Amino acid sequence: MYWKETVRQMHDIGVGSLIIVILISVFIGAVAAVQFAYQLDGTLVPTYYIGYVVRDMTIIELAPTITCLVLAGKVGSNMAAEIGGMRQKEHIDAMEVMGVNTAAYLILPKVIAALVVIPMLVAIAAFLSIMGGYVASVPAGWITSAEYIQGLRSFFVPYNVFMMFVKAFAFAYILTTVSCYQGYYVKGGAIELGKASTNAVVISDILILLADYLIAILLTG
Amino acid sequence: MIRAKNIYKSFGDTEVLKDISIDFEAGKTNLIIGRSGAGKTVLLKIIAGLLDPTKGEVWYDNVNFLELTKRQIREVRMDVGMLFQGSALFDFMTVEENVRFPLDMFTNLTKKEKLNRVNNCLERVNLAGNNEKYPSELSGGMQKRVGIARSIVLNPKYLFCDEPNSGLDPKTSILIDNLIRSITVENNITTVINTHDMNSVMEVGDSINLLYMGELAWKGNKDEVLTSDNPILQEFIFASPFLQRLRDSALQA
Repeated sequence: MYWKETVRQMHDIGVGSLIIVILISVFIGAVAAVQFAYQLDGTLVPTYYIGYVVRDMTIIELAPTITCLVLAGKVGSNMAAEIGGMRQKEHIDAMEVMGVNTAAYLILPKVIAALVVIPMLVAIAAFLSIMGGYVASVPAGWITSAEYIQGLRSFFVPYNVFMMFVKAFAFAYILTTVSCYQGYYVKGGAIELGKASTNAVVISDILILLADYLIAILLTG
Repeated sequence: MIRAKNIYKSFGDTEVLKDISIDFEAGKTNLIIGRSGAGKTVLLKIIAGLLDPTKGEVWYDNVNFLELTKRQIREVRMDVGMLFQGSALFDFMTVEENVRFPLDMFTNLTKKEKLNRVNNCLERVNLAGNNEKYPSELSGGMQKRVGIARSIVLNPKYLFCDEPNSGLDPKTSILIDNLIRSITVENNITTVINTHDMNSVMEVGDSINLLYMGELAWKGNKDEVLTSDNPILQEFIFASPFLQRLRDSALQA
């Protein structure tokens, strides 16, 4: 039962969020490339730096942080509403009377699914952001294809990828636990459920940004 | 048998239950009745272990439920079935999946054995052949019957029903009442029903406990309801002039 529920959650989080992650990451990569190209205009900095900067910006910061902030809004609010709705419709009471460990059955599969799937989504987001940067800067004539690829290959530090996954795991844990907590302990009716859902997003976002800062200090200090 | 001993429950400064002691006997439909706000649901939730009392004890046969560890509580709860006011069916599962849920969670039966058990329970509540339907496709009465099927699928020793007739027409209510009663008698289950439905009181009230402002105001059975001179009971049961006339004519006859 737990395995089945975990797989269902992986599908909901992963497949359900793929479109929004694709859209956002492509545009973020594109915007990052265009704006950096604009800043380089008229300077002595080599243009292949566009590829280098887009790569590191997305891997270190944009892919994990923006993706998880968006997922907090989509997946987190959904989790809070789903569990809160189950609380209000007495589904959780029904399970508890049966002897089901409701926290384990309802929350654990979501946390495990998020820890598996969200880092994958972040990796996809990083790749697509870099592709988005390419699509935005090469055809527009800011940079040649060879220069962009040269930039991608320059100064590569594998440790940055490790940092990206550390952030992805930490943010995934934060957004699922905060959201599930808000839903699990909801009291009252529809208004309280709405508030719980909003709190899930707001608190997750704040904690993600705080964690982002702490991880940056810890891993780069 | 379930024994509630000297139960007190407060929410903040509000004392909802005051010194409630009731024995709920096996093989009988034990009713908790009372006006809205009398503390019926709170008492049922305390007995079912969904709320902790401020003071008091709840005994399931020889086991003090409130002194059990979490693991022991889960073991006891495998002997418990509960029918909720709103049925509490999982709306993302079919009827079959709903009824099979406790079997999936707690047994190592094969798929075929589980299906047989589910079909037997659905037949018992006259819902055979509805396995693939979702709760949203069922009427209120059918949802209640699926809830009953789910609550008896593990052959419980204790069955709790919170307002089983709420929102149902009188005929369906009687059907649900009789179903709960026959299951109770057949399997010697300790059944506790929380209701304010007068049909239930008169149909299946083997043992009736009236709560009034958080206190136990009267206890007896359906035959004693008519003859009792307890003013709180009389005021509650025969609230309308129509029912008062019915009682008077019944007593004259």
